[in-house]
This record gives sequence, structure tokens and C-alpha cells, in this order.
Amino acid sequence: MPSSEPTETGLKSYLKAHMREYGLLFALIAIMVFFQIVTGGTLMRPVNITNLFLQNSFIIIMALGMLIVIVSGNIDLSVGSVMGFIGAFSAVMIVEWNMPIAVTIPVALVMGGLIGAAQGYWVAYWKIPSFIVTLAGMLVFRGASLWLLQGQSVGPFPGGFQLLSTGFVPDILPRDATSGIAAALGSRNFNVLAMGVGVAAAATIVWLGLRDRARNAAYGIVGEPVKFFWARNAIVLGALLFLAFKLATFRGLPNVLVTMGVLIVIYSFVTQNTVIGRRIYALGGNEKAAKLSGIKTERLTFLAFVNMGVLAALAGLIYAARLNTATPKAGFALELDVIAAVFIGGASMSGGSGKIVGAVVGAFIMGVMNNGMSIMGIGIDYQQIIKGLVLLAAVIFDVYNKQKQG
Amino acid sequence: MTTLLEMREITKEFPGVKALDRVSLSVAQGEIHAICGENGAGKSTLMKVLSGIYPAGSYDGEIYYDGALAQFKTLSDSEDRGIVIIHQELALVPQLSIAENIFLGNERAKAGVMQWQETYGRTEALLAKVGLRDNPGTLVDSIGVGKQQLVEIAKALSKDVKLLILDEPTAALQENDSRKLLDLMLGLKAQGVTCIIISHKLNEVRYVADTVTVIRDGMAVSRLDARKGLEEDQIVRDMVGRDMSARYPERERHAGDIVMQVDDWNVWHPDHAERQVIHNISMNVRAGEVVGIAGLMGSGRTELAMSIFGKSWGRAISGQVKLHGRPADLSQVDRAIDAGLAYVTEDRKSLGLVLDETIRFNTTLAHLEGVSTKGVLAEARETEVAERYRQALRTRTPSVMQQVGNLSGGNQQKVVLAKWLFTEPEVLILDEPTRGIDVGAKYEIYSIINDLSAQGKGVIMISSEMPELLGMCDRIYVMNEGAFVGELPAAEASQERIMSLIVNE
Repeated sequence: MPSSEPTETGLKSYLKAHMREYGLLFALIAIMVFFQIVTGGTLMRPVNITNLFLQNSFIIIMALGMLIVIVSGNIDLSVGSVMGFIGAFSAVMIVEWNMPIAVTIPVALVMGGLIGAAQGYWVAYWKIPSFIVTLAGMLVFRGASLWLLQGQSVGPFPGGFQLLSTGFVPDILPRDATSGIAAALGSRNFNVLAMGVGVAAAATIVWLGLRDRARNAAYGIVGEPVKFFWARNAIVLGALLFLAFKLATFRGLPNVLVTMGVLIVIYSFVTQNTVIGRRIYALGGNEKAAKLSGIKTERLTFLAFVNMGVLAALAGLIYAARLNTATPKAGFALELDVIAAVFIGGASMSGGSGKIVGAVVGAFIMGVMNNGMSIMGIGIDYQQIIKGLVLLAAVIFDVYNKQKQG
Repeated sequence: MTTLLEMREITKEFPGVKALDRVSLSVAQGEIHAICGENGAGKSTLMKVLSGIYPAGSYDGEIYYDGALAQFKTLSDSEDRGIVIIHQELALVPQLSIAENIFLGNERAKAGVMQWQETYGRTEALLAKVGLRDNPGTLVDSIGVGKQQLVEIAKALSKDVKLLILDEPTAALQENDSRKLLDLMLGLKAQGVTCIIISHKLNEVRYVADTVTVIRDGMAVSRLDARKGLEEDQIVRDMVGRDMSARYPERERHAGDIVMQVDDWNVWHPDHAERQVIHNISMNVRAGEVVGIAGLMGSGRTELAMSIFGKSWGRAISGQVKLHGRPADLSQVDRAIDAGLAYVTEDRKSLGLVLDETIRFNTTLAHLEGVSTKGVLAEARETEVAERYRQALRTRTPSVMQQVGNLSGGNQQKVVLAKWLFTEPEVLILDEPTRGIDVGAKYEIYSIINDLSAQGKGVIMISSEMPELLGMCDRIYVMNEGAFVGELPAAEASQERIMSLIVNE
């Protein structure tokens, strides 16, 4: 088969056009390597890797919803407060009203959806800028959690609820069966499920990538150069298998990682492969053109906020379960981390562009920096300054790239 | 009578277009000079050259003003010399008061501190001159368009204007407001202010002008003395009398049954509740027929189309649309699309395309159901569709994954057409389908339109270019000030007849 290997200039122009995506991936790797070295290997210890996921799960979950809100051309400043409010609300339900967990969780999620709807209504149908509506929401729900908790912490939760955040999926094989492997690796145990899921995920990614390439080739669409495809996949696969291995040698798959993983897959699929996802990009890219193409732009904006509310509620539940208590301070200023993750991940302030994968990687960049700097013992003061500069640098990089292309 | 302004052999070129070709214009001190011409003839370009918006050096030719060679580099250069231009789109800040607007950029201040008494006092004097009795503190937002126009003139007077240029000042005005404005011009003339008015309303020109210059296709074709009585026919012929050099592909004309029938269509302005924009319009389109809507800019053609297409413009819309003889629900865009209507917008960049996205993305946007199953997009099918239309419309692009923002105007327009063709409409409304695209691409667009009519679709074509309507249409409705003022079969239509229907109301 004659290969259609692009020329050197083709490679260059491809790299230029996709600078952002590769840049993001390399930035994450560089940051991880950097902290791995300066923390003397602590960053990538199995326990710390597990912790990284647990610590950042709620940010990543909210970043999924925030990406959609931002792609639609809006912003949601209230998610930190909403998350805190739902944590408080569920704590009151469980601890003070003695409601069962099986009731509390769905009620809390519906509550989140209603909060999203209440804000989305003004943005979508009254054309009130989302910045203002959600700024109001941020104040309202911060106040509401204070009121609900009477300024106190409420907890602890029953054990079942904590599993939401701190539990691990039981291994498919009994521990005795894997003790041989564990011994050979010099670790206390080896979780076959975690490793298996890692391998399966890696295989799926390669399979999907190859299928896509084949389809593109059938239509003569010039995709990623073959070298880049394999280099990128090698990095992603290596990282996935490495993480799976680390998790396997600790306690296996955290429940929250499973929740998060499933959500990431669903939201990637919805944004990239469905009609509704397509319409959200069109709405953010050119609202008037979208409207004149028969897209119900108001309803879509409304739904983006409802979805954000549900995800903020889920994040609130996970956060409360992790702390094992609901505090009036929960989620304070967290909206900024979520928004920063989405912008670092390449979304555009004006809407219409940005990807779920980008937002997730952006959240990990923030997460690894938080974690690494804390291990190093860097004060919160410097941490904030550094994170701020990273956000600015990421966006400047974006703008610079765009100008160079244009 | 001395000459205040003389523009000699002005030539202005844009990439690929000669907007002005050796245009000379001579304006005497104290006269009202009218410049007439069709849309795109070069009138506004000429005024931009004069006022320094196109700086000296960017055009060929010379401007003599007030006895000396003038080389304006910026708008403020010309304003310093007493030349003030009032554009069609008013340059007022709606959230500021009348007084603040009049002295905007020219504030009455001492050491940076506003002198409000002086500002208001002088504003009142200026308003009296233009016959306005509003409070200087009134927000511009809260007065009508007619009064806003007068505020603009008051602003010009505040700068000691010697030469006042009004670019289609009555386009957005009601009858009595127009008359007031024209009377004011005559009043200013009596005070020694020289005026240039750009207009294609011949009744107005006859009412105020002393001299008329007609511009066509970037050339000054005639200069008439209005004081000796104007031959309207002469002006109309001069305005439209270009050669039919553009060619139109041949089409077999065969109109079938009526596909779309509009009855008693009325629309009011979305922001100005009292302003009716579309008056009692009735029209129909037959299968395989190309129907034109002729009219000047601002006559309400786009508003008519958008109000029919899913009520995308206007409020208090009344009237009925029948498709194939049955009342159709066109109350929302998606319903209008389902009913078989498509609307190719006038402004493809801001209303027709998502510029950052690919050809494929834009092609399927209005009919995603056609490339998806249960809400999940089938990428292969989508590519196939985009590819099919790329070939059918001969869109020149390396691949359908190209960003539409990178395409030329003609190719962008083909993508917009592809988007609407994919919805498989019965009736297509094309709003200025060839604006801003080159001659070759125009011919291709015309061919596509002919193919559509051959397939039995009804086509409504809105255009400011009359030769295009005459070359393409079976029937032409003539529109002016929101109403149809005539309907001409192709055989009886000519540019002169259309123009005289418009100007004679």
C-alpha cells in the first residue's frame, strides 16, 4: 500500500496547527516529571497517586459541566457555592433527618439540577449575562449553606456514605490468589482489577484511534501524521499503564475514580459524537447562525446550566463524603479552580471551542501542581501566585498561537 | 458663485475592484448638491475619500477645498476644516444625553472638568436651530430616529460646519420626519451652509437640490442643474443604464403550481413598538419559479424574509403563510425548516456560518437528524454528505475538514447553500446571494439557482443588483418602505421601470 507520509513541512504545519493539544500533554508530563524529581519520588508513590485522584475528583467532575457551559458561551461562578450547599443539604438530610443514603443521593442530585435550572432560566430566556446571574448564585448559595448548617460543621456520616468518595472497588480475585504477584513486585498486594481496567482502557483507546484513522483515510481526510499518532498513543498508553500499575500495588480502583472515568467517557462522547453536543458548539461558535439553523439556543443554554447544577451536586456529595463532614466553608473559591482548569485545557472565553479531554488534563495540571507544591512544603501564598501565573501563561500561549496562525 | 469643493479625477481601488474611476465633483458655495446612484455605485466611497476616512495618498486625484489643495489624513483633519459627514448609521451613544452626545470629543471643559452649564446652554441654542425642543439632558436612547438625525445635525453645527454631508438621511425616517429634515436643510442653506445629500429618492432630490451628480459603477455619469427643472426619467436612466455585461445562465422557464402563498403579512419593529416595518404584503411562489424582490437597502426585504422564516425578526407578526395550499406553522425556525423553508442569510459571516468550524460541521448544521441515529452522529455519513455537496456545488477546498473562515466569499456562500440544500427545502429564500463575491463565482451561484428551479423548487431571490434580478427571475416584486409597490413579469420588467416604481412610491 502506498503510504501517504506527509512531507517535513506537512509535519511542521500540522504541529503548528495542533500546538495546543500537544503542548498541553507535554506540559502535564513536564510538570509531573519536575515534581517527581523535586519531591524525591513522593509524587508518584502509589498512595500519592491514589490521593491525587481522590483530591481532584470533584474538580474534574465539575470541569466537565463547566466545559459545556463555557463552550456554550457562558460561565458559572456559583459552582463552588452550590457544591458546598449540596454537601450541607445532604448532611442535614442524613445526619439530622436520618434519611437513608439511597434517598439522599438522588434528592441531592435533583436539587442540584433545580439550582442549575433556576440560574439557567435567567441566562437563557431573559438574556441576563451568566456572569451576573451566577455571581448572584454564588452569594446566595454560600449564604444558604451557612444558614442550613447554622455556621456549624455537620457530621460524621454513616460508613456507607463515605464509600462514595473513599471506598475502593473490591478486586475480582481473592487476595491469596494474587499474593504471589505482589511478592514478586515487592508490594503488599496486587489488584488485578485495577491493572485489568488499565490495560482494557489502553487497548480501547488505540482501537478507537485506529478506527478513526481508517475512516478518515477512506474519505481522503489528512489526519494526524502517523508518527505523531503513535508517539502520542505511546505516551498516553504508557501513562495509563503506569497509573494502573501504581493503583494496583496500593488498594486498587477508588470508587470515585470509576465514577469520574465513566463520566469523562460519557461527556467526551456527548460533546464529540452527538447531535446535542454538536449544537452546543454551534451555539457558542455563532449563536445567531445556530438559531437561524433551527437550533433552540435558549433551551440548550438552559440545559447546560441544569447539567452543571447536577454535576456540582455530585461533586458536593463526594466532597462531603471525603471530609466526612459538611462545613460552611466547603467549596469556597473552588469555582475558580474549575474555571481555570477549563481555560488551561484550551477552551475559549468567547465560546465554541474546547474539549472534555483538555479540561480534564487542565484539571490534572492544576491538581499535580497543588499536590506537588504541598509535598514540597511551599506555602499557600506562593502556591496561589504560581497557579495564577500558570493560568495566565496558558491563555497567552493560546492567543499567541492563534495570532501566528491567523 | 464661488466653488467651495472641487474633487478632480478621484480614483480609488480596492483589491480587485475599482470603486471610483476618475470621478469629478464640483460643489458651489451655499448650494445643496445631491449625489444619486444605486447601492454600490460608489457614493459612500467618494464621501469617505472626501472626509479623510480613506486618507490622502490611498487614492488618486486631487481635492480642492475652500480654495486650497486639501490632503486629509484622518476624519478629524476634515472636521477641523468644517466638513462634517453624517452617516446612515448614526454615530450617537444611546446611553448618553443629547448634550453629552453633541459635545462628545469636543467637551466643554476647563482643565478636564466638565462645564455643565455651558454644555447645556449651548446645546439648547443648537437644538433650537434644528427645531428640537427636547431637554438637553434627555437620553438619546429615548428619542426617535428622526430626532436622533436632528441631534446629529446639531452636533455638526456645534463644530462650525461649512460643508455638511448627509448620507441617505431619510432612509430610516417616516414621511413627516423626512419633510422636517429637508426643510431644515433648506434653512441651513439660507444661513450659508453648503450641503451634500446622498439619496436615491428623487422626490426629495427635486425638493431640496440645486445640482445633481449621478454616479454609476464608480463613475460620474452626469451632472444636472436642478434649478432648471429635473427630468426624473433622465436621472433614472443615468442611475441604472449600465450595459448588461454580466451573463446569466440559460434556464427553461416552467412555473408549476403555487408552493408558497403569503397573505396580509404585517410586522412591527422589535424595539420600536410603534413602528410598522412590513405593511400588508401578499406574495406567492410557484414550483420551479424564481421570484425576485427588488428594493433599495432599508426597504424591508430582509425583515420580510426573516419574519416569515420562523419569526426570526420583528414582533406582533400577523398574516398567513400557506405551503401547497395548506396553512403552515412557521412560528419557529426548526418548524419552518421542517415545513420545507430555507433562508440563506444576507450576512453569511455573522448569520450564516460558524467560521471557526469546518465545512462538514457547517454543511450538516441545519439538518443534523439526517446524519445521526437516535441523537448519535454518524461521522462517516456526515463526511459523505459534506463531500457530496462539495462536489455538486464545486466548492474549491482541499477537504471538507477545512475551516470555513479560510474560504473565499464565493466558496463560503456555497457552504451556506449546501447547508440549506441538505434540509431539502421546497422553497428557498436567498437574501443577496451574490453579494461580495466575484463574477465567476456569481455565475456558478446562478447555475445552482437554475438547477434548483429545474428540480421544481420555489426560489425567492432578494437582491440589490437589478441586472441580476432581471437576468434570473420569472417575476419581480418591487418593494419600498415595507410594502410592495409593484409586481412585474420578467418580460415587462426593466431597470427603469423598477426604479421609477421605487422613486415614485
